[in-house]
This record gives sequence, C-alpha cells and structure tokens, in this order.
Amino acid sequence: MHILEQKIRNARAGGRTALIPFITAGFPSPERFRGAVEELDAHGADIIEIGIPFSDPVADGPVVEEASRRALASGVTLRGILKDLRTFPRLQAGLVLMGYMNPILQYGPDSFARDAADAGVAGCIIPDVPLEESGELRAMLGARGIALIPLVGQNTAEERMREYAAVSEGFVYVVSVMGTTGVRDGLPPQMLDTLRRARDAFSLPLALGFGLNRPEQLDAVPAGLQPDAAVFGSALLRHIDAGRPAGEFLDAWR
Amino acid sequence: MKCSASVGQGETEAATSEQPQSTCGVRLRWRRETCGPEHGVPAGRYFQCGTKHPGEFLMKKGYFGDFGGQFVPELLMPPLRELEAAMATIMSSPSFQEELDDLLRNFAGRETPLTFCPALSHELGFNLWLKREDLLHTGAHKINNTLGQALLARRMGKRSLVAETGAGQHGVATAAAAARLGMGCVIYMGAEDVERQAPNVRRMKLLGAEVRPVESGSRTLKDAINEALRYWISAQEDTHYCFGTAAGPHPFPTLVRDFQSVIGRETRARMLELTGRLPDMVVAAVGGGSNAIGMFYPFLNDGSVRITGVEAAGTGEPGCCNSAPLNLGSPGVLHGQHTMLLQTEDGQIQPSHSVSAGLDYPGVGPEHAWLQATGRAFYGLATDAEALRAFAALCRSEGILPALESSHALAWVLEHAEKLRAELPGESNVVVNLSGRGDKDLDIVEKHLPL
Repeated sequence: MHILEQKIRNARAGGRTALIPFITAGFPSPERFRGAVEELDAHGADIIEIGIPFSDPVADGPVVEEASRRALASGVTLRGILKDLRTFPRLQAGLVLMGYMNPILQYGPDSFARDAADAGVAGCIIPDVPLEESGELRAMLGARGIALIPLVGQNTAEERMREYAAVSEGFVYVVSVMGTTGVRDGLPPQMLDTLRRARDAFSLPLALGFGLNRPEQLDAVPAGLQPDAAVFGSALLRHIDAGRPAGEFLDAWR
Repeated sequence: MKCSASVGQGETEAATSEQPQSTCGVRLRWRRETCGPEHGVPAGRYFQCGTKHPGEFLMKKGYFGDFGGQFVPELLMPPLRELEAAMATIMSSPSFQEELDDLLRNFAGRETPLTFCPALSHELGFNLWLKREDLLHTGAHKINNTLGQALLARRMGKRSLVAETGAGQHGVATAAAAARLGMGCVIYMGAEDVERQAPNVRRMKLLGAEVRPVESGSRTLKDAINEALRYWISAQEDTHYCFGTAAGPHPFPTLVRDFQSVIGRETRARMLELTGRLPDMVVAAVGGGSNAIGMFYPFLNDGSVRITGVEAAGTGEPGCCNSAPLNLGSPGVLHGQHTMLLQTEDGQIQPSHSVSAGLDYPGVGPEHAWLQATGRAFYGLATDAEALRAFAALCRSEGILPALESSHALAWVLEHAEKLRAELPGESNVVVNLSGRGDKDLDIVEKHLPL
C-alpha cells in the first residue's frame, strides 16, 4: 500500500477524517514557512500539501494565486523548495507537492522525480496534467515511489474515473465545486453524486477539497459517503496571513 | 477534426508504414519513450488523428509534432471533448457551412479583396499584394473565427460565449457575433488593457457584452486567458469558450485555424485567377498566430510558396521585452498547450511587450512552433520602430491605414526588400496579410509619428 494511502487509512481506523492542509511554499514568508509546516505536522496533519508557486495558476482562486505571486516575488523556486525540504526535520505527515506542469518541465521531470523523492515527497498533484498527458510523468514519478494524485469532479463520468483508477495510487482528490480553489459557504448538492461515483470507481481513499473551511460543511454528507480526508487551502492561508498560528486551524477539525 | 478526410490515399499508406517512426517523432522534448502499443498504450487512442502536412506522418491526437496537447484541469476535459465531437459532427454538415458562408458574406463582408500595391511594388522591385482582412466588419480577421465558433456553440445548445481579449479586437468580434446570434457574452480583459483600449471597451459594451477587468498577475492578455478558463470551468454547461487565437488546448488550435483558413483559400484562388500562378511568398504577423495560420494553412502543400511569419521584437534591444517566443523563447506549457514561450529558466512566464497590443502574448500557437521546427515556415522579427515605419509607408504610398499588428508583417518585407529581390524570381508576387485596420492604433501611433 502506498504510504499516502496508509496515512489516510490510519486516520480512518482511528475514527477520524484525515487532514490535508495546503500551504504555498514560502508562505507567509520564506522565514516563517518552515515553522508553519512544523506546526501543521505537530497539530495532526496526516498529509501536508505544499504549493509550488507558478505565474499562471489556472486551477486556483484568488487567495492561492496571491500567495503564489508573493512567494515568487520573494524568490521562491522549485529548486529552492526541494533543497529546503531536505533540511526539514522528519515529519509525521506524508508530503505532497502541488504545482503546475511548466516549472516541473523546465526542471526536467526525471530530475524532479529524483530530487523530490530525496526530499521526502510521496505524492504530486499537477492540476494541468489530465490523464492524456500524464503517462510518462506518472511512470517517472512512480519509479521513485511518488504517487501522481488524480483529480476528479462533478463532470467526471464514472467510466473516466475508472480509467484513472487503473493507473492511480495514493489517494483521489475529489474536487467539490465546478470552479477554482477558494472558500465557499455551502457545497453543491451534486457533490454527493460525485462522491458516490468515486466510491464505486476507486478502491483508493477519497480526499475532498476546494471550498472547505469548517468541519460542519461535511455534516450534510451521509455516513456512507463521508470522504476519507479533507483538504483545505485558501481558508488556512487566510488564517495564517491574519497572523494566527497554523496549528489552531487544524485543531477545529480534530 | 478533419482527419482522414483530408489525407489522400497514397499518403495514408505512407503514414501507416511510417507509423513506428512517428511514435518517436511525436514526443515532448523530455520524453525518452513515447506512447504507442509497444508501451502499453492503446494505439487507437493516440493515433486516431492526423493533421496532414506534406511528408508528415500521423501525429498524436491534438499534437503538431512535439507541440500542442491538452494541459488543462480535469474539469475542462469534458467540455473540450464535447467541442471536439461537435467539430466532427456539426462543422461538417452542409447546413452549418451554408449558414456560416452566409454570415461571412453578408454580415462580415467576405470575400475580401486582394489589393495590388503599385507604388510600393515599384519601390520594392517585386509585386506586393495585400489580403484585405482590414475591410471586414469590426475591422479585423477576428470575426471569421468568432462567427464560426458562435454558430457552432449555438448548434451545440450553448446560450453564452466567454472570451479573453487583449487589445479588444477579439472581444469586439465576439460581442458582435454573440449579438448577431442572440447569445450572452462575457469578456475578460486585463485591467491594464481596459485602460489602454478604452474605445474597444465601449464598443463591446454597446454590443451587449459584459466586460470584466482582470486584476490578477500582469493584468494583461495572458491573465485574461487564465480568468476566462477559470470562468469556463464553472459555466461550461451553457457557455462556450470562444478562444481568440489558434492556440490553447486541443482542439482550439485546429478549430481556429479551420475558421481562419478562409483567408488563405481566398488568397490562393484569387491569385491564381489574377496571375495564373501561386504567390511566391505569403507573409503574416504572428502573435498567437490566428491570422497567420489562416493565411499559411492552405499553402502548406504548395512547396513553391515560401511562408514567413513575423514576430514582434519590441524595441529590438538585446534583452528587451518582446513578443517573439519562436525566435527568443523556449518550449514549455502554458494555457493548455506545449509550445514556445517567453519564460524564466524556472518556468515562470515572462511578460511580453510590443507596440502592437494584438501581438503582445508570451506564447504562440503550437502549429507555428511545429512549422518552424520542421522548416516549412520561417519566422522573422520586426521591431516597434520598423512596424511604425511600415505603418507610415502604407498610409502614404497606398492610402491604407494598417493595424500595427499587420504593420509588422509589412515591415519585415520592407526591411528585407533587397534580400528578397535577390532571392525571388523576377515578377514575383508577395502577399502580406493585412489582418486589421489601424484606426484603433491612432493614439499609439500619434505618440511616435509626427502628425
């Protein structure tokens, strides 16, 4: 079983929804980033998703884009991120990188896979690489034990999900809304159908993301369809940016 | 996609026999092995399409050699597939073509003239012709594409169009098509462009479009594309993304090229009619590349016709901001496509610059990247100053006010006149695609030229 799947299954075995906080590398500042990651780890994050900043983040909403822009302005690069991660203390949480294709392409996908694995990265989320473009990248990452996490949503047919299921490991990222990342008050009712199709198509754990802020947002989800993990990004970034401790945000979810 | 339909029998056989080789020819730069049956990938999936060019093999679906693809979020794959299916079923129907032809003729003003330039031809020593897309409704070639896409979208059951615009020409053409066909229209435009191109913003609003300024990133065209893609994710059910140039994720490069190819088809037929032979050279400005691919595509199989695209070199100083990814960029992924880009070595997209807002884009359509790689087309450069000189020359010599975009194409011809005279046979014919008219550029021109 892939390490990321194991992390989520462990949380579920303990009766919890696994927690996957997202934080942009170098956020809120290059100096405070490391402390924020350590705090998320200490406060029970099961997987920590670190965003690689990109100039044109087309799947992201305004909060993550702004965090990305600030990180780039302060000189954050993929090379620097991978170098930094190697100096981090050993984390309890699994480590996932989220980033767009072009910085990885310029780094060299094979070198990226090697250096990311050396830095302790266990998974990648690359939102602009759908199934059709993913074959060789998935193989390069897989050879280093890194899972390429599939994203599926409201308009992903079950048959398509099965195509992803045939090649995926780690976990599945279920996108809750038809839109970009960012906090929403309510979640759309179609989300339940998406979760249902994903449950049928995948044997991997399901992580729900995009729009999550408070645990109560999941109250309306019936027990059988509860996601195995919850991802939160924009709400956490805003929380941290307001000067509040990263760990405090996670405490509400535990 | 017009796949096998456009491939002749002999070529099909050649393509089939070449297929093992083609699997090596279609990989991205970094790919060591590529897709194909021997790598466990079902063949039908990747080789169902061949965009045909002379001597070429079947290519991976949605790719032009190494360039193209569909680098988009999974949530955009269903609408892209829906569009691809609609292209195959709807665009090939005679009633669609009839309705589009009628709109192009009676609403947009096709066929456009092929104008001979007596004064400049005398000066240059060869025959200079202009394909007059500037005479179209809304003032540029953009309307060829927006009418086609709007009509397609309406037949797909979509009620609204969303589009990006830089200088505003594509926004105006989309708004006009939407109004004509009774559709809603949302236009994303960089906040900086909204300020720079105020008259076009007013035109779009008068035509019923909602113009949404984009404050993110560099506040220009590339950010407007990001925002339009984001909007399309949420609005895909009843909205079509009317992409403005022959770039972006498959099938947009093919779709836009097919609608713009009317430019080259008319040019080819008219030149044969007037002179009894094909032109010796066709020239067009390349930003995203839609007017250029529209002119080039029908000539790709005519080996005797030299094809030249002209990129905007900006001020032309070493290291200055430019809009010339084919000449000065490197391969990368942006806006759903693998193509030539202006970028840092870390893969961040760099801001572009040109005196001509319509060429101001850090990427380029993937088919141009491929035509350059194969050598079928040559891509040159023209600076801001050269374009302004060409603008003035055409005004005074021929009585035509060209768009600054088209002025780049003309500038390349004027700057290379001596070389062209030496290389081209006597009495040769050179066609420049005059993609738009220059009225929109008067504020910019006034800053640089004495009036």
